[in-house]
Amino acid sequence: MEQPLIEFRGVTKRFNNHTVLDQVDLQIYEGEVATIVGKSGSGKSVLLKHIVGLLQPDKGAILFGGKSIYKMGKKEWNRYISGVSYMFQNNALFDSMTVFDNIALPLRQTTNLDRKAIEERVRLRLEQMELGEVEKKYPSELSGGMQKRVALSRALATDPKIVLFDEPTTGQDMIRRNAILSMIADYQKRFGFTAILISHDVPDVFFISSRILALSEGKIIFQGTPEEFETLQHPFQHEFVQSLEELQEHLTGIYSKRNFKVRYQKILSRERPQESFVAGLFTLDNFEGICKLLGHTTGQMVLESLGRYINKHFGAVGGFSARQSRSEFSIILPFSYLSEAEQILRDFSMELQEEGLRIIQTEARIYRDICFEFAILAGLAGGEFGAKEIDRIMDDARENQREVARVYCGERR
Amino acid sequence: MPLISPLGRGAIRLLNHLGALSIFLVKSFFMIFQPKQLPLIIEQVYSIGARSAMIVALVGLFTGMVLGLQLFYTLVKFGSAGVLGSAVALSLVRELGPVLTAIMVTARAGSAMAAEIGSQRISEQIDALATMRIDPLRYLVSPRIAASMISFPLLTALFDIIGIIGGYITGVMLLGVNSGAYFYRVRSSVEMEDITSGFVKAVAFSVIVSTVCCFQGYFTHMQKDAYGAKAVGLSTTSAVVLSCVLILVGDYVVTSLLL
Repeated sequence: MEQPLIEFRGVTKRFNNHTVLDQVDLQIYEGEVATIVGKSGSGKSVLLKHIVGLLQPDKGAILFGGKSIYKMGKKEWNRYISGVSYMFQNNALFDSMTVFDNIALPLRQTTNLDRKAIEERVRLRLEQMELGEVEKKYPSELSGGMQKRVALSRALATDPKIVLFDEPTTGQDMIRRNAILSMIADYQKRFGFTAILISHDVPDVFFISSRILALSEGKIIFQGTPEEFETLQHPFQHEFVQSLEELQEHLTGIYSKRNFKVRYQKILSRERPQESFVAGLFTLDNFEGICKLLGHTTGQMVLESLGRYINKHFGAVGGFSARQSRSEFSIILPFSYLSEAEQILRDFSMELQEEGLRIIQTEARIYRDICFEFAILAGLAGGEFGAKEIDRIMDDARENQREVARVYCGERR
Repeated sequence: MPLISPLGRGAIRLLNHLGALSIFLVKSFFMIFQPKQLPLIIEQVYSIGARSAMIVALVGLFTGMVLGLQLFYTLVKFGSAGVLGSAVALSLVRELGPVLTAIMVTARAGSAMAAEIGSQRISEQIDALATMRIDPLRYLVSPRIAASMISFPLLTALFDIIGIIGGYITGVMLLGVNSGAYFYRVRSSVEMEDITSGFVKAVAFSVIVSTVCCFQGYFTHMQKDAYGAKAVGLSTTSAVVLSCVLILVGDYVVTSLLL
């Protein structure tokens, strides 16, 4: 069995008479994105602070590669802690330093890199995080979102092996929230670090997480994949996750994956068996490329706008849609046949190519001088209620995907 | 018994506090000699030393002027107005220079040390340093202690010189003491021992002020019944008050040891 990179064994932490962590056992594996979810005040930040040694447990042990971090010698501890970065909830930026100096600080103080090498590394981070224009500004002169990006740049400046994110999206609007999550996922893939995340951004955070850890009343009540978490039978699911999902749906008009399935099941129970329907899957092709070239915020804006466009079009013909993954949307057209749905898709495709893509680009603020080619793929699959699991029908739709619209730069091919 | 136990508790608390302060000082002091410290120390010398020079000079000037005025009328009664130079110079170099400089720097730079470190504590910047493998004592405290040890004697010297000039303005220019006699008395009465004792005091005060102010700021989050900005305010106040009291206590101790 794979050895955990970080392991909590019976960790208990009390503040005065209040037990914040109660016999916590958890495992974090190398290279994964582990997300800790829980209500406010449930001890998530306390848990994270134990990993970097800012807090010490009253009972229990925290192991790194099988060895207790509190039994490490000075050299060993330095080696361990130099591979860990922490992004604080309130950013903890040095307010008397410029953005550039904030990012350069860990490099200046903990490495032997010369001035030029430090400058190059900081500029690279600034560029990657779209912060080039604010390098001489002070944190108090920046918006909340920019401050988050500066904190993220500083956390990644030393190329850490483990990065702890304490609510990295707090106080951000929806686009920025998803952009930050997307950025974390992107960097995690690129640099291969282990990410431990505290987030309330359900369900978006599920799209980027390999594992979910649910903390309730000081105990870890669940550890597993996001898919397993969605089927968890526990009051915590209803109180915490569902309420957050409903808020998200209320704001966007697009169903969460879980509620999409719930609605599907409702229709299934209401309608006669053998009643047919069509499922569709839309993918924003080369989403990673958009993020890389135009930035994560623009990537999210494109996605958001596309989601709205799909929802508007298929909602008008009785369908309902949901976010399926980071760059996919699913739709269900109840009581439809595949031939009808194909015709609706053809109309949608024409409308999207002629007008929709322009609207999406305008909404995402992509102007002509920074044209970037991207395509929308779509696939349909027919089903009968009760005949197949919705996930399998979606897999069929994915197999049937073809290009339905494309943004061309220069001459149209 | 009911009287003794609070007394005992108070004594234990005081001992704990003094122990913590001593460990804080020793750890920070040895970190002065670690690599990458020089730029941080220079920056602090500018902040604590150079930026306090104006206020120290101003206080020094008026202290010297008041001394010149007061001592002139006292000495005239004994027919010894000619020794005004000696009286002003010795008062300044031995006593007033180091003490008043230390109090002025406490008010200007010491309060800033406590407030700055305190606000960094409550905004988790100190925790951030620790997670970046930057020892907060090395990065925040030891440069301030080193810079104070450099700046205090220099500022004391400035205070002394300006003070003597202040005494000259009132004694010679306004009250008519002979100019040559004033400077002759300054030169002949002030010995190296006086200057050394003044500098020893300045160094002792620099350690007291920087350690107390940094300590109060560093442990802002442990203030009783106060959090956030209120705790920073409380730390700053107690840093200034405690530093001033300890300067006067320290002055007596050092003087009695040197005499």
